Amino acid sequence: MRFRLSQKNIPILSTFLVFILLYLSGAFAYKGFFSLRVFINLFIDNAFVGIIAIGMTFVIISGGIDLSVGSLVAFTGVLCANLLSRTDIPPYMVIFICLLCGAALGLAMGSLIHFLEMPPFLVTLVGMFLARGLSFVISLDSVPIRNELFLSISKASIPLGNGIRLPAYAVTFIIMALIGAYILHYTRFGRNIYAIGDNEKSALLMGLPVGRTKIFIYTINSTICAAGGLVYSLYTLAGYPLAGTGLELDVITAVVIGGTLLTGGVGFMEGTVIGVMILGLIQTIITFQGNLSTWWTKVFIGILLCIFILLQRYIAARKIQDKNK
Amino acid sequence: MPDIGNVLLEIRGLSRSFPGVKALDAVDFTLRRGEIHALMGENGAGKSTLIKVLTGVHKKNSGSIKLEGKGFEASSPMDAASKGISTVYQEINLLPNLSVAENIFIGRQPMKGFNIDWKAINMNAKKALVKLNLEIDVTLPLSSFSTAIQQMVAIARVIDIRAKILILDEPTSSLDMAECENLFKTMNRLKEEGMGIIFITHFLDQVYETSDRITVLRNGQFIGEYKTAELPRFRLISKMLGKELEQEMVSPGNTQGDTPARKEPFMTLNNVEKKGVLFPFDLEICEGEVVGLAGLLGSGRTEVAKLLFGINRPTGGTMEIDKRPVAVNSPRNAISHSIAFCPEDRKTEGIIPDLTVRENIVLPLQSCRGFFRGISRKEQEKITDHYIELLKIKVSNREQKAGTLSGGNQQKVILARWMAMNPRLLILDEPTRGIDVGAKAEIEKLIFRLREEGRSILFISSELEEIVHTCSRVAILKDRKKVGEISGENISEEKIMTTLAQEGTGERL
Repeated sequence: MRFRLSQKNIPILSTFLVFILLYLSGAFAYKGFFSLRVFINLFIDNAFVGIIAIGMTFVIISGGIDLSVGSLVAFTGVLCANLLSRTDIPPYMVIFICLLCGAALGLAMGSLIHFLEMPPFLVTLVGMFLARGLSFVISLDSVPIRNELFLSISKASIPLGNGIRLPAYAVTFIIMALIGAYILHYTRFGRNIYAIGDNEKSALLMGLPVGRTKIFIYTINSTICAAGGLVYSLYTLAGYPLAGTGLELDVITAVVIGGTLLTGGVGFMEGTVIGVMILGLIQTIITFQGNLSTWWTKVFIGILLCIFILLQRYIAARKIQDKNK
Repeated sequence: MPDIGNVLLEIRGLSRSFPGVKALDAVDFTLRRGEIHALMGENGAGKSTLIKVLTGVHKKNSGSIKLEGKGFEASSPMDAASKGISTVYQEINLLPNLSVAENIFIGRQPMKGFNIDWKAINMNAKKALVKLNLEIDVTLPLSSFSTAIQQMVAIARVIDIRAKILILDEPTSSLDMAECENLFKTMNRLKEEGMGIIFITHFLDQVYETSDRITVLRNGQFIGEYKTAELPRFRLISKMLGKELEQEMVSPGNTQGDTPARKEPFMTLNNVEKKGVLFPFDLEICEGEVVGLAGLLGSGRTEVAKLLFGINRPTGGTMEIDKRPVAVNSPRNAISHSIAFCPEDRKTEGIIPDLTVRENIVLPLQSCRGFFRGISRKEQEKITDHYIELLKIKVSNREQKAGTLSGGNQQKVILARWMAMNPRLLILDEPTRGIDVGAKAEIEKLIFRLREEGRSILFISSELEEIVHTCSRVAILKDRKKVGEISGENISEEKIMTTLAQEGTGERL
């Protein structure tokens, strides 16, 4: 019985193991790898991927998928940069408008998925083209951000000593991850997400608010994603319509490596955070290695993803076997 | 509870039609407090429609439903549950990856401030299950337990909602004997607490073991309500099947079915069994013989067919074809042994609606030959035309989409498909269900013709008349077990029904 309990946790345990192994091998192989600065940089460089992965974790646990996140990051960035440079709308209001646009897109996609019973893959594919297209409509080129408030936010940071600082957006990532973990574990909404991903028909028959929850999941995800877009524009201090190309796939990868089942019903926010860190670690190791082309990052991520998918397959097969006993 | 015996639920003149079918026709049903009421009927009798109307899945067309004297209408299963009518379905509608405790409490978790109170959930879940004599670790995921325990968890969830009426739809089909006993004990306790229980099952023994009253439906009509103690099994079966045996039943004799001298056996089963599905089973099918499988719904008829065709693999026993031992472990393998199977549910398991009649017919023939030895278009057309004519399939042309044909003609297309393979054994599972009388007669004729050609046929039907008519030997199944075999002169509807009505041994899978 005890063994079976751990079976559910195998994905997240293996995620953690992979992270430790990667980190240790990096630390042994390269001088200066085992430092606070490198570790903190993992958070800094991956903050916006991480923030988006939090929303994606909700979506994937519920058994869905969202392909629109990369485009939405670009759209938010371009919208934000343009509103700041071309209008007099106050910066706080700009942030609010950007988040609202994200929420609106999510609400629309969630409603289509629920009311018309359309597959999330298709609906969010539409969202992906829509958001990408709109960002090019707004601007063909990169628009720099020179707003005072944005500059100050991008510079704001918590000093950690030794001249190492944790910037505001990295802090945002950490706080949002904590909130996400809390929602998943301690609220009815969070548990309903698991229920829907586990078996939607059952969840409906058990009297859970399936429709409302599903729409809410996509709304939240797109809002978080808009926030991720804002963080990205703080990180680069520009709005660029080609930003975040293929980002949705990186994010999905991070979530899956983090132990969330693509079929839904199983997953942890903690896993997602480690998943994001693993992607960052691979990149860092390649950088430290120095001779390899950065494209090797993709190769390693591909191999790792393959291993995790095989692991998920194995667990699913074990489950069916157990049932037949 | 004081009001035991009072009417809890009263349904009068309830009707519901679907396009072309009257699923419920002025049905009455009365459930009293503290009673277990069995709802009986064969497939298509209207049991599930009645439950679905009651729990708000379907709307009624006319009639009245009263719960505790007040008009009742549910808009959805959730609504019904909140008004006191809860259902536990045959398939377990729970969440396999979540813990047992969470499955009992999800949607109405006890809260502590803004947080879910996990401690209280686990504690209360434990208590709820102890009431059902179940002591398990409630923090484990549901999927780590057997179906029986999952079923109990589903019941625990329902009881905890404090239902007035509990509907159990085939709850025992996957339980073993001890698990059933446990369930029955629980049912009795709930009954004593004043709950009304509607119990749907195909196992007659269980009906007699547990229920106080029985309501029988047939073809959407109300046949009657009886006290279980006053309704002998034999009469119950005759009411379900619609044969009044009290009247002198003249057996049509076995005029058509008598075989010339017994021939060589084609396939022999010795003690073939599948744990949890079918008890050990013997059967011999000779060349040029029509063997019938008779039994009520859920008696294991289709399961036998699926074992023979390799869809399910047996867990014990041996099979012989032409006196040589074989292991039929996949449909492909079965086809290579010259066995063909027309499934019961032609819509989902047989016909491919978007392909043309021609494509549907040559499909397995092609797959048998392999990818590289194509059948020329001309040959395909020749085969198709041959069978369209032979079986009198009504099509506008051979390229018509199979999905647009009527039920009887779809059935004929499937028959043609397997006949084109020239099988030595043809398994027909309910070949005449839902087709009109004319088509039935033709299919019957066809069966005789195949028999003349020396082919073996395993004929499964819930219409006893057909079985008596066509078969030269009949194996009788009951509760997943072969309870008798009759042949030749002895085959009659009455004989089959008497065998079915015999007191069961109570043995369960």
